[in-house]
Amino acid sequence: MDVPLPYYLCLSAVLFVIGAAGVLTRRNAIVVFMCIELMLNAVNLTLIAFSSFLGSIAGQALVFFAMAVAAAEAAVGLAIVIAIYRNKKTVNIDEINILKW
Amino acid sequence: MESLVFFFLAAFAVTTAVLMVLQRSPLVSAIYLIANFFALAALYLLLRAQLLAVLQIVVYTGAIMVLVVFVIMLLNLADETRLRPRIAMRTWITIVLSAGFLAEVMYALLAGGTPAHGPLVSAGAESLGTVESMGGALFGTYLLPFEITSLILLVAILGAVVLAKKKG
Repeated sequence: MDVPLPYYLCLSAVLFVIGAAGVLTRRNAIVVFMCIELMLNAVNLTLIAFSSFLGSIAGQALVFFAMAVAAAEAAVGLAIVIAIYRNKKTVNIDEINILKW
Repeated sequence: MESLVFFFLAAFAVTTAVLMVLQRSPLVSAIYLIANFFALAALYLLLRAQLLAVLQIVVYTGAIMVLVVFVIMLLNLADETRLRPRIAMRTWITIVLSAGFLAEVMYALLAGGTPAHGPLVSAGAESLGTVESMGGALFGTYLLPFEITSLILLVAILGAVVLAKKKG
């Protein structure tokens, strides 16, 4: 592996920040959801990079469980989006504020 | 050679991620995210995590993104692409916060902490991510979390059905 570890970590940090910026700027709930997936994947890349460079399987096992939880989160999150759209006819998160106060 | 592949994949991943955030239409955003996931899967292969590279494509692009695209089409969000223009103030605050966070992480990474080059342990790293070694870990050391994962998935299935069901 002739690519040093910090390169992978920097790439992962850049992807995470792009995802975070997307969560903060976009107004469509589904796009916000996709940006969260991007952030999850950035963290997965960090875990796999450390796992490979340290020669330990623990990081990759953690990524395996993170993927399973991401799949569960996707199912429940999209079901919530569908339920909200059915009630309020919008997915704009500025108008979805029933839990605000 | 390997670093060439890495820089190509990194540029591809960052470009698709930026395009995903900037894109107005959610469906095109989803396509860019799928391209980004493929680049990440190739990066996992570069890190010798073969099983996770396959799972990345099967689980993320094959299951999660299909679900996302399905919901986008189900809700017919074409008119949602013309959401009112973003508030300039919020965009600027986001840019400042993101840039600050990125600078902080980069400083932490490059100023010290992690070793500058080379694998710390190279012996056996080639066979680390194979199905065999991953299976050994998942059904040995991590057997309890593995079983709990099945419980999480069951709860998620029931939750999704209850949430998306039309109220009778």
